[in-house]
Amino acid sequence: MLNIHNNAEVIGERGIKNSIRKLKFALRDPVLLVSVLAVAIIAAMFIVIPLYTILRESVLSKGQITLIAYKDIFQSVFHLDVIWNTLKLGFTVAAIGTAVAFLFAYATTYLKIPHKRFFKVLSILPMISPPFVISLAAILLFGRSGLISYKLLGFRNDIYGFWGLALTQVLSFFPVGYLMLTNLLQNIDPSIEEASQALGSNQLRVFGTITVPLMLPGLANAALLIFIQSLADFGNAIVIGGNYTTMAVQIYQQGIGSYDMRGATALAVVLLMISVLAFYLQNSVIGKKSYVTVTGKASKQRNLISDKKATVPIYLICMSISVMVVGMYLLVPYGAFVRMWGVDFSFTTRWINYVFTIGMRSIKDSTILATIATPISAILGLVSAYLIVRKEFPGKRALEWSILMAIALPGTVLGLGYVLTYNTPPIVLTGTGFILIAALVMRSMPIGTRSAIAALKQIDPSLEEAASICGAGSQKVFLSITVPLVRPVFFSGLVYSFIRGMTLVSTIIFLVSARWQMLTVAIMNQVDQGLYGAANAYCLVLIVMVGAVMLLMNIFMKTLGINLDEGY
Amino acid sequence: MKEIPGKKVELVNLSKTFVTSTRGIVKAVQGVNLTFEPGEFVTLLGPSGCGKTTLLRMIAGFELPSEGAILINGEDVLAKTPDKRDLGMVFQNYALFPHLNVFNNIAYGLKIKKLSKEEIEARTLEGLKTVQMDDFAERVPAQMSGGQQQRVALVRALVLHPGVLLFDEPLSNLDAKLRLRMRDEIRRIQKEVGITSVYVTHDQSEAMAMSDKIVILKDGIIQQVGTPVEIYQHPQNEFVANFIGKANILDATVLEKGKTQTKIKIENAEYNVKGETAWKVGDSVRVVVRPEAVDVGKKELSGKVVKSIYMGVSQDYWISFQGQELEVTDYNPSAKVIYEENGEIHFGFKEDSLHILEKLDD
Repeated sequence: MLNIHNNAEVIGERGIKNSIRKLKFALRDPVLLVSVLAVAIIAAMFIVIPLYTILRESVLSKGQITLIAYKDIFQSVFHLDVIWNTLKLGFTVAAIGTAVAFLFAYATTYLKIPHKRFFKVLSILPMISPPFVISLAAILLFGRSGLISYKLLGFRNDIYGFWGLALTQVLSFFPVGYLMLTNLLQNIDPSIEEASQALGSNQLRVFGTITVPLMLPGLANAALLIFIQSLADFGNAIVIGGNYTTMAVQIYQQGIGSYDMRGATALAVVLLMISVLAFYLQNSVIGKKSYVTVTGKASKQRNLISDKKATVPIYLICMSISVMVVGMYLLVPYGAFVRMWGVDFSFTTRWINYVFTIGMRSIKDSTILATIATPISAILGLVSAYLIVRKEFPGKRALEWSILMAIALPGTVLGLGYVLTYNTPPIVLTGTGFILIAALVMRSMPIGTRSAIAALKQIDPSLEEAASICGAGSQKVFLSITVPLVRPVFFSGLVYSFIRGMTLVSTIIFLVSARWQMLTVAIMNQVDQGLYGAANAYCLVLIVMVGAVMLLMNIFMKTLGINLDEGY
Repeated sequence: MKEIPGKKVELVNLSKTFVTSTRGIVKAVQGVNLTFEPGEFVTLLGPSGCGKTTLLRMIAGFELPSEGAILINGEDVLAKTPDKRDLGMVFQNYALFPHLNVFNNIAYGLKIKKLSKEEIEARTLEGLKTVQMDDFAERVPAQMSGGQQQRVALVRALVLHPGVLLFDEPLSNLDAKLRLRMRDEIRRIQKEVGITSVYVTHDQSEAMAMSDKIVILKDGIIQQVGTPVEIYQHPQNEFVANFIGKANILDATVLEKGKTQTKIKIENAEYNVKGETAWKVGDSVRVVVRPEAVDVGKKELSGKVVKSIYMGVSQDYWISFQGQELEVTDYNPSAKVIYEENGEIHFGFKEDSLHILEKLDD
């Protein structure tokens, strides 16, 4: 049975003598050794060392260790404001985002309402779009010259600031929570709720005394997930934050703008601590406290609630949020063909022309770099997951933690780390395509690793053992057994990496140079100058490209006969 | 299927210690010395957690022993990965590759060996014929029953002509009837091919029916090694006696010692037990009495019937005796008197079937 093998893997041996024995065991297999070393070196170079450099920079002053930078931060009203801004925003977005996510998840799994497919598709949209689309659309709708605020209601609204940012973040990040909560709700055995009804509870009581309490760990988990994303968010914050400065933005402005590296690194360490703490809580404390047993399939179909008193209002809320999000996405292509937003709404191809002439360079550069980073990230994600789940080697836990922690790493912190580490000898990489590719890879690979770990845990290790007994070396086992069995994860990893590569802003904004220009940075610069037409046109190109890649991959997988939901 | 020269496997002072977060240090296998002769079918038998699977996985190379050596045909294989040890293995959950059809599952190892296309095809089809599954080459695992999948898994292991075949509870996921058929089939093929086999199970009837030799394990320590007959008739301790079949353990005293037999006394009855004993005259000993070794109706001893159950092939009694319940199986009850519950019953023991334990459990 499965658990025999798993136990053997979870339990390791302690002591130096055993470490050596274990190392010897690992050394039997040179392919394994090489791949472990490769993954370890990559993780060290692009996660651990940059973080260490940030920490070192923040406490070093003229060769002396000092905490003066931290003292400065906690004594400066401005910095305390920035920290408080970030936390306040994080809490607000986490609370509202989780509520919206739960509403959507409950509506689609428990209620008898139409248009569920539409809600589900909608939930993927923000995940694959560039981070600015929503904030850009929010400006176009509710800004000073906004379609609704100015054209319709006739006042000059100031969208920049806390509420604008909170709105865009909620809309951008609730879908992640939605997916997670849907998954959990589907795994609640309906008979538990039926038992409660049989004992005399009405629907409302079932909801209050059974469903919600069962979901509490899941809700906390979703809230933390959204909180982490809000903390790390750079794209929305810089576009729509206005004078409401968050830590992610301040790190960039202090580090790159004012070149105050000590202050920036100290702030980065503070942000990092908060993110890692939240990540730790999410994964270790709350993550393990789940009442919902994942059996794979609910034992039977749930009787959907059809009481009009519940379905009608919830449907209306979900629908209006959905329409708003879809409307925002439609606004971007529209805005790309409008001469001057808020002033002159006549049709023009000027912005599109601009993008395909002057902007062509960044489109090309972004595509090249993302295309190179994509297979690297997907393969590295799968290989590292395989090593973590299946193999025993010294330092495995550390490797696993440093890769998974990178999920919670704010992009700006990582970018700052790269600049500090690879700006000076022994290794100078700033300005090269190499460091940009590394950034793109490291921003998508950890998530690929996490989903591959989940997929691999579903596959009985005896399959690989059987292959090995049949005479297959570890490389052959990996390629002929493991990879085919996790193909769906691998291919979605590829798609995700490409999308992430095309839409990433936070980390690469530190790394762009004259040699390599990135599309997302170009969009940011346009927004910065108030040239919304060009920004919209760029976004449109980006959305079309990402959409095309997804479509192509879908067709490709269909012809190969791979079903994304397939499981053996 | 062609005969395969089996290899000899020796385990020398083999130990495996785990450190777990929940149970602390676990000694899964302790100081095991065993030899598997070429062509022998050996069963590792014991309750769950006795270390039998760990032992098998160490032979396979999936686990690293904490101490000791594993020799295959005299060669130390510890430094070798599983693919280099020339073994075959059949897993509990079949472990057929779900993305490959039956033919490709079986041919998997042959392709790695880089055999010619013709030879791969010949060997695969021949293997399928041995288990009467010639028509299944194109099926994928999901389209087959558990028994069929396990046959394919067996063939997949055999076509490589490995020196040793390992079985990890291969029948425990099958239903009872199929289990009986499959164990005969495995044993038949193993005898035909003559391959050295190490078979892990917790099912004693499987072990009895299939093995040349049974190894009984408890808490990672070997309790006894012997043929099924030796293990059943001459268990070395109470654990073995209880684990294989049902056993009553009774108190007795040694009266006389001889070269070929030992005279003992159980309560007031005297018996001559076959064989020599290391105990001295006057020693209190423990004697194993199988339920079927009780002679109901013989006026040697008596007790009260606590429970009496009609089983068809037998009448089973539980008799209050020596402060415990003596389990008795009386075969062919239709021809005999049946004793009622709470009544008195007379009985004796069949001398040839008594066995003195040479070791006492702590």
